[in-house]
Amino acid sequence: MRPLTLRRLFLQCFILVVILFVVVVIALKFGAVPVSLYALGRDLLRVLFGQTSQISSDYGLIVWNIRLPRILLGTIVGASLSVAGTSFQALLRNPLADPYVLGVSSGAALGAILALITEPYLSLSPALSALLTPLGAFLGAAATIAAVYALGRREGQIDSTTLLLGGVITASFLSAIITFLMSTITSGNTRGMAFWLMGNLSTSFQKSVYWFLGIGFIVATGAIYTTATDLNLLLAGEKEAMHLGVDVPRVRLVVYIAASFLTGLAVSVSGAVGYVGLIVPHVMRLLFGSDHRTLLPTAALGGAIAVVFADTLARTLVAPNDLSVGAVTAVVGAPLFIYLLRRRLA
Amino acid sequence: MSGGPAFARNASEASRSSADARLSVEQVSYAYSANPSQAPLFTLEATSFQAKPGELVAILGPNASGKSTLLKLIAGALAPLSGRILLNGFVTHSLTPRTRAQRIAVVQQESLLLFPSRVWEFVLQGRHAHGRSLRFESDDDVIIAQNALAQVGATDLSDRSMDQISGGEKQRVILARALAQQPLLLLLDEPTLHLDIAAQVDLLHTLRRLAAENRYTVVVVTHELNLAAEYTDQVVLMQRGRCLRVGPPSSIYQRELLEQVFQTPLTVELGPSGRPRVTVLSDRQ
Repeated sequence: MRPLTLRRLFLQCFILVVILFVVVVIALKFGAVPVSLYALGRDLLRVLFGQTSQISSDYGLIVWNIRLPRILLGTIVGASLSVAGTSFQALLRNPLADPYVLGVSSGAALGAILALITEPYLSLSPALSALLTPLGAFLGAAATIAAVYALGRREGQIDSTTLLLGGVITASFLSAIITFLMSTITSGNTRGMAFWLMGNLSTSFQKSVYWFLGIGFIVATGAIYTTATDLNLLLAGEKEAMHLGVDVPRVRLVVYIAASFLTGLAVSVSGAVGYVGLIVPHVMRLLFGSDHRTLLPTAALGGAIAVVFADTLARTLVAPNDLSVGAVTAVVGAPLFIYLLRRRLA
Repeated sequence: MSGGPAFARNASEASRSSADARLSVEQVSYAYSANPSQAPLFTLEATSFQAKPGELVAILGPNASGKSTLLKLIAGALAPLSGRILLNGFVTHSLTPRTRAQRIAVVQQESLLLFPSRVWEFVLQGRHAHGRSLRFESDDDVIIAQNALAQVGATDLSDRSMDQISGGEKQRVILARALAQQPLLLLLDEPTLHLDIAAQVDLLHTLRRLAAENRYTVVVVTHELNLAAEYTDQVVLMQRGRCLRVGPPSSIYQRELLEQVFQTPLTVELGPSGRPRVTVLSDRQ
């Protein structure tokens, strides 16, 4: 018997933090303007250890003001989607659950668009109107997952195939509405159709938005993490979890709200980036096991790594053009989804 | 670490319940309907029985007789329509899930696994109700889980994966997880359903021994008339939502009564152990 210890958890996370750091350095290096990897790594380590507060000025502007905010965005979006996917998988007892596949991301996108459309008519203060988009995205996500859950129930039980089918249909229905809205409404600030349907990280935001995203991510993930051992038991079924001492309705409510919030958070700044919440938890389960005390933090770090890496590919593959990061994750994720589905049905 | 409060709990409760019954089912009834405006699809009429520490009780009856409903009521998973169920003086349904899981362990018919875990991880789940939500398992928990595995003779399975062991082994591991909860009351819903005869006898034998050694009160729902006769102290005989008779096997196992309940001709004789033995006769003789 080798129960999980705090030391092992930290070790596993530390390995992923190192990988994330390497991926961030690579992401900072690659792009339209080349930057020396060695100089960059050396300068970043100096900044990290507090020896200087500046990196070399000839590439500092690009790295600091353009690439780093985008990487930061990718980190938070990837971590949020990955934690949301892990949570939905436990909540719905379905290893194929993912915000994108279930249509939750489309719901969040629609909510965000509706918020952007109504915002000019509400005459709110700037601070409040900045919060309106993530709020709309959260409400859209929460309503969609509730609808998909209702669609997936048959005779009082969640039916795995019906659930996935319900999610796919919901996603397609909501995407059609988004397409309709984007084709008819021509107000300037609603961003493009490709942004909402495929997702990308090219938008830059005010500094306060990054703070909001970071704090929101930590609070929601922290809330989910308090139920980590409950989620382990919930995988065996709600009745069994209850007999083992889990307060099932409370856990369900906390995870439902927090995971919808995380999805809304990610979608409101990057659109519907798909399959991150499906691939990353699967890889982390293979590497570190399915205990949610390990799975949640490793999936968060893994999601950050995956999206930052995918976005670096999106920026460089067709440079100087920008590819949607969602296109990269879908090219990798969709075949993997089919593989997992077939293995499950076999 | 967790031994302190557990001990205090047992001591305080022992002093409170002077009567020797640990489990007391008092005039419990229940009705199930698919929607509130319709007549109930199933009703359980007032049922009463009591069980002491170390006692093994079987709930017997044909399909749809209300056995599993009665077990769910005892487990506190359902609220009775009337009457009450007391465990050491506490109403089981009113306890929080956590407290209930510290006192009542339930072994279900089937345990589904989405992501297969190791046997030891599975058994450690039984310690969940004894720790805080984010606590890592302590050395005590590991020792308790190891003892639980040893008590069901499954120590050598510890590092195997749950989807790579046989049905009988799996049933023993599920029982070990229930033991790791250190309950007062152990409830089993048709635990012998998918087991071969050797594994069935083995399981009942283990339950008998555990009840004696650890002073558990054990309630088991079963179809196995002869196993129940051989191993239990009390039988609760159910038919169509009614509790017909409660008593030791020797008083329940009468030919006319069992023939009427199970709707099949049979004979009852005394086995070599002095307990009744049922032989089902072919219908077409």
